[in-house]
Amino acid sequence: MTIAIYVVLCLSAAVFILATAVRAVWYARAPLHLRWELYPVPHEAAERAAHGGSYFEQSAWWTRPAPANHWGTVKALATEVLFLRALREFNRPLWWRSFPFHAGLYLLAATVALVLVSAVAALSLPSLAAAWPGAVLRQLFRVTGVAGLILTPVGAAGLLHRRLTDPDLRHATTPGDLFNLAAFMIALTVLGAGYALRPSDAPGLLAMAVGLLTWDTGVRVPGLLAAGLLLSALLAAYIPFTHMSHFVGKYFTYHAVRWDDAVNRRGGAIEKTMAAYLTYRPTWSAPHVTADGVRTWADVVTTMPPDKAKR
Amino acid sequence: MSRTDGAPIAHVDSADLMPLQAPLDNPARERPWSPLSDRAKTQYECILDDTCAVSVPKPATKDEEAALVTAFLSGLDKLFTRENNWTFLQPLLLSMEHCARCQTCAAACHIFEASGRNEIYRPTYRSDIMRRLYFKCVRRGGMLSAWRHGDIEVNWPLVARLIELAYRCNLCRRCAQTCPIGVDNGLIAHELRKVFSQEMGIAPREIHDNGSMLQLKAGSSTGMSPAVVRDNLQFIDEEISERTGITVETPWDVEGADVLLIHNAGEILAWPESVGAFSLILNAAGISWTMSSELVGYDSINYGLWYDDAQFARVALKHADAATKLRAGRIVLGECGHAHKALSVVADRILAGERNIPRESAMTLLRDIVMSGRLTLDPARNSFPVTLHDPCNMVRLMGIVEPQREIVRALCPQFREMTPHGVDNYCCGGGSGFAIMSGHNFADWRFQVAGRKKLDQVLGAFADCLDPSTPKYLCAPCSNCKGQFRDMLAYYGLWEQNRILYGGLAELIVNAMTDVRPGYIEWEWH
Repeated sequence: MTIAIYVVLCLSAAVFILATAVRAVWYARAPLHLRWELYPVPHEAAERAAHGGSYFEQSAWWTRPAPANHWGTVKALATEVLFLRALREFNRPLWWRSFPFHAGLYLLAATVALVLVSAVAALSLPSLAAAWPGAVLRQLFRVTGVAGLILTPVGAAGLLHRRLTDPDLRHATTPGDLFNLAAFMIALTVLGAGYALRPSDAPGLLAMAVGLLTWDTGVRVPGLLAAGLLLSALLAAYIPFTHMSHFVGKYFTYHAVRWDDAVNRRGGAIEKTMAAYLTYRPTWSAPHVTADGVRTWADVVTTMPPDKAKR
Repeated sequence: MSRTDGAPIAHVDSADLMPLQAPLDNPARERPWSPLSDRAKTQYECILDDTCAVSVPKPATKDEEAALVTAFLSGLDKLFTRENNWTFLQPLLLSMEHCARCQTCAAACHIFEASGRNEIYRPTYRSDIMRRLYFKCVRRGGMLSAWRHGDIEVNWPLVARLIELAYRCNLCRRCAQTCPIGVDNGLIAHELRKVFSQEMGIAPREIHDNGSMLQLKAGSSTGMSPAVVRDNLQFIDEEISERTGITVETPWDVEGADVLLIHNAGEILAWPESVGAFSLILNAAGISWTMSSELVGYDSINYGLWYDDAQFARVALKHADAATKLRAGRIVLGECGHAHKALSVVADRILAGERNIPRESAMTLLRDIVMSGRLTLDPARNSFPVTLHDPCNMVRLMGIVEPQREIVRALCPQFREMTPHGVDNYCCGGGSGFAIMSGHNFADWRFQVAGRKKLDQVLGAFADCLDPSTPKYLCAPCSNCKGQFRDMLAYYGLWEQNRILYGGLAELIVNAMTDVRPGYIEWEWH
């Protein structure tokens, strides 16, 4: 049983990391698109960012350096990632449910990281782990873990309830959406219950993590806790294959689309990239496009459509 | 959407529409909605709602239907390939993969709200269909995928309705602005339009045949050849000289001029007072400027922005070539929102080498002129209520928010903002080509649904002075928006009964110039 838990935990972590990386690479390798920004853009100069303005508001903007308001970007990112600013501003009823759900997930991710750090410390620096720094870490991951295990399923239950009762959301809900929320609710409730109801002599989080790192098959995980761990691990492996991997997508929708106002300078990198794209050979079939799979985009857009191309 | 009964799947009843404020809260001022003609219903695929924008002829046979479906699916596949759609592949993929179906976008959509929350106008309605098609037909998903993303039956009625549905969005992207994840329903509508145009050769006649095709062939979607446009400008110069007491002469094809000014050529025919105002202001400010009589170089419109990448790029290159030929220092775009975004933003990355000439907004240039003190201006001449419309392309999609405001604040003592405004503005309802589309009864939909929210904002801005004894000025520094306002204000009798006039920004500047005979803004309907 213990070996099975270790194997599932390791495989799930590997699948999560690998699938997330594949998705990120898929997006990152997509061609540089034509500009499609949306204002406000937070890296604009503060006086313009405040009203959603851009460098186009300046006289002779092309003679001025590109805006680089890093503090503006950090602030926008922090409020969006940590507090779900857009949802809070534009969909408050859903935010009340979504925020605890996401906050709980952040806390659980922090818990995993803190437990692993503690386990590594316990193995490599036992004196430090036994002293106050180790005690602080242990206290910290207990708090984050318990809070995460409460907030996430509560948030998931709230989201599920909203999806089932709000006519707008119900209309737009697929069975897959219900499954996803139910999966979070069930997996983390079982994990929470398993943790809370474990016998007093059962291993704690740190002991299990040390056992995993040393592949100690002598660690005895109680049944309910084991079920919670297995369900949670499988859920983690499932996430990157769904729209819930928006923690990856969102990086690109914001940085590579909404906020991408990078100017094409003569002789610059963008110009070189575009030159390569213009050698692609489109196959669009409408006569006015004049694409035949042989002519390049450069050929297509520098020749006029034939008169007969009227539909 | 896949229903095969040949009947529309949605109906908007007058009683469902979002209520308007005074004076249009009076039932006596309601306008009846013209029904589609029997001819339209017989000849065209008008099976989405109460109107028809694209007028796709009904296929004669089942084989023809099947061929159209095959073409659609082929186009859909191409849309997700690098070779065919490098232009927007990355944002499209992101919008396909990550919608959480939270419906946050719905509250932001003026069309959905104005229609009384009709489901087919929900921003995610179209996107979800596209997403189901993507997972089923592009990603080749099976039953598990259908369970996760929703299934869809692919047939000709679905495609026919989707063609129409792609033209029930103004592409204003207000919904995208509110999306917590960054999913862009406007982009999805845009990409769908591309499939229909680039693969199937289907687009509204007004924006393709009479739009981008005519512009590339004749030089302008107005049909004006270079000789005609110069004639018209000469006439405008004479007219404006007489009206203002200041001799106005528009310079043409001046090599090495600092500014190449490109107007939306529709202004030359519909709003010559705006074109004349520009000539007068630039001359009075001592700007080194010119207009181009090069084919396409005198019409800044670029309708390809709304539906077709190839047409878009062709027109953008023509604009750049006109400036290159004259060795102009910069291109300044006149009062046209989509022309701003097309040439300054979206075309930016395809303009290489010499074609990469700086592009600037007329808003910035006019702001600099007004604030420089080079003109003698008397705000008292503009002592009437003024509100400012924010063209989506120029404001939310380009970030030009303040320059035009600096001008109206300085020159219009009774300026008042709409609520909301700036990057949170609402579309006029004419965006993405609708302002020039009036086939069948589409104008009814355009004014009663698409433009309704903006109309309500305008009424709100002038709520304290609706009496016809007070003339009011709705400043819309964009040709398409002006076209929409012209038609919509007339439709609801708001000039006749409440004296709400619309116009551009340059006219307000000339109206305030003390060197000019008073009364440049003529309080007459045009």
